Amino acid sequence: MRKLFLALATGLLLAGSVSAASAADKLKVGFIYLGPIGDLGWTYQHDLARQALVKELGDKIETTYLENVPEGPDAERSIEQLVRAGNKLIFTTSFGYMDPTLKVAKKYPNVHFEHATGYKRNPNMSTYSAKWWQGRYIQGLIAAKMSKSGVLGYIGSFPIPEVVSGINATMLAAQTINPGIKVKIIWANTWFDPGKEADAAKALIDQGADVIMQHTDSPAAMQIASERGKLAFGQDSEMIKFGPKTQLTSILDTWGPYYIERVKAELAGTWKSEDSWGGLDSHMFAMAPYTNMPDEVKKMAEDAQAAITAGKLHPFKCPIVGQDGKPVECKGGDHLDDGQILGMNFYVKGIDDKLPGK
Amino acid sequence: MELVEAIILAVLAASTPLLIAATGELVTERSGVLNLGVEGMMIVGAACGFAGAWLTGSIFIGALFGIVAGTMMSLIFALMALGLAVNQVATGLALTILGVGLSGLIGARFVGERITPAVHLSIPGLTDIPLVGRVLFGEDAFVYVSIALVVGVWWFLYRTRAGLILRACGDNHVSAHALGYPVLRIRTFAVMFGGACAGLAGAYLPLAYTPFFIPGMTAGRGWIALALVVFSSWRPGRLVVGAYLFGAVTILQLHAQGWGVGIPSQFMSALPYLATIIVLVMLSRARSGGSTAPAALGTVFVPDR
Repeated sequence: MRKLFLALATGLLLAGSVSAASAADKLKVGFIYLGPIGDLGWTYQHDLARQALVKELGDKIETTYLENVPEGPDAERSIEQLVRAGNKLIFTTSFGYMDPTLKVAKKYPNVHFEHATGYKRNPNMSTYSAKWWQGRYIQGLIAAKMSKSGVLGYIGSFPIPEVVSGINATMLAAQTINPGIKVKIIWANTWFDPGKEADAAKALIDQGADVIMQHTDSPAAMQIASERGKLAFGQDSEMIKFGPKTQLTSILDTWGPYYIERVKAELAGTWKSEDSWGGLDSHMFAMAPYTNMPDEVKKMAEDAQAAITAGKLHPFKCPIVGQDGKPVECKGGDHLDDGQILGMNFYVKGIDDKLPGK
Repeated sequence: MELVEAIILAVLAASTPLLIAATGELVTERSGVLNLGVEGMMIVGAACGFAGAWLTGSIFIGALFGIVAGTMMSLIFALMALGLAVNQVATGLALTILGVGLSGLIGARFVGERITPAVHLSIPGLTDIPLVGRVLFGEDAFVYVSIALVVGVWWFLYRTRAGLILRACGDNHVSAHALGYPVLRIRTFAVMFGGACAGLAGAYLPLAYTPFFIPGMTAGRGWIALALVVFSSWRPGRLVVGAYLFGAVTILQLHAQGWGVGIPSQFMSALPYLATIIVLVMLSRARSGGSTAPAALGTVFVPDR
């Protein structure tokens, strides 16, 4: 019996190594994912982009992905694993992979890395992200128009600048419609826990919020809002299936064009370390169709989208007043500069909550 | 008043999967077996439960699928840890890793699909009573089953001969064996019961809590269930207290954030765990309590023939 097991195990090992050794002449592109590819949110969208990449350049490249890779030191091992497997361009698709990616990048100068949403770079490590706060601004306008109670519910993941800038953009927009609008913020302290996200949505609705927005990854909040007959915005991907009469719009991550562009550069030998921060004028994200709202609100949203895309409207237009009542220094001329938005760690006036850790 | 009712309803919904899974694990551990694979059995139960409900359109059949799937998973554990006397901790951890992968495989087909969640009880008159109506008479079947389950387990462990024998296996398998009891067979049944409960608890998530399936949706609830068993000092009564306390603190911290209490949310998120540890310390310091871990918990038993 034991011999049979051994034989089986050896056979499996051999089979594994053979399949990994094939197609060595193609460029190998690796991906590190935070969640499962079926999360219908963040990781799902990255994988859609990877599929688009394969469709476009499938004859020249071979892709590998590792899903469910925890952030932090453990990620280092996974990234290194991709390097050892021969991947020459590696996309690490979450903020928490920043330091591990940098560490591996320094160790393997001949491999190129692309890190999503971070700010640390290296000659062989680029960063890329999207200006989602532009989309959040549009959502804020819609939310203020659609809310009857004047209370918005916001489910945050972690109080990091990306999420805080989204809350601020939402409120700055909402205040232009309804100066007295309120927002209730609940931090889930996780990116992905459908049960907890649902509980947070329940709590917000029970406390009077009638438009729910989320910066967490599952469609649980959308589904609760739908069950309770409220309105909500999707996150990362199209979630209208979970709330056909609920979803107003959703910020869709569309990484495909960027991935294709970067892999083409790698194939052509022109890859350089860069920082890409794309807004509505790029292809980094898109807005899902505006649904479940009157035509006039839809038109307002579309106009705002056009104005932001054309660069005529900046969500963080000065003057911006902080929670303490003091105006925020305006480093970008008539609006906040990118650095201020990337490092945003304050709430704007009108949010009567305390930013955790402040 | 409506808010209080809403909070209690949310607490019950959040606590139920923990209570079901922990009740099963309590029986397993009482027989002397430590199965750390609860998370794995739960997530496979969630995937199969959703698959069953989606294919047949019946929540009941979905729940049965979940139970069967959890039981099958536990049989793998029983084969390894009891049959082949492999280290229980290692086997349990492996079972969790296996379960997470397996559930993704089973569930891949169903990601993005929707089902109608389990219906809530509705008795005209009773369900409409303010404050307590919906809490007592307006729950879904899983909530009532979880209560029945824990009462049943209490009765079995302390009021039946079979329960006494099961506890004997957990406290001293050598003596139980010497008295002629089939220790390994009893433990296998206990492990299977634990698996069935974990499967049902997992199925609760996509069938009632959030009616869709997403890989990894148990999000660590299996580990909390394991901790609750220790917290309860292996007693069903305390398990109920622990599960609802944990659920209550979880929900209340969300509400506290919504009210803007001004306590850092990171601290609030840690509160359920902190509360659990504090109560655990208080219990173990109390004279009547103390650690009552089954004496043979986690030890391998190979009967000499």
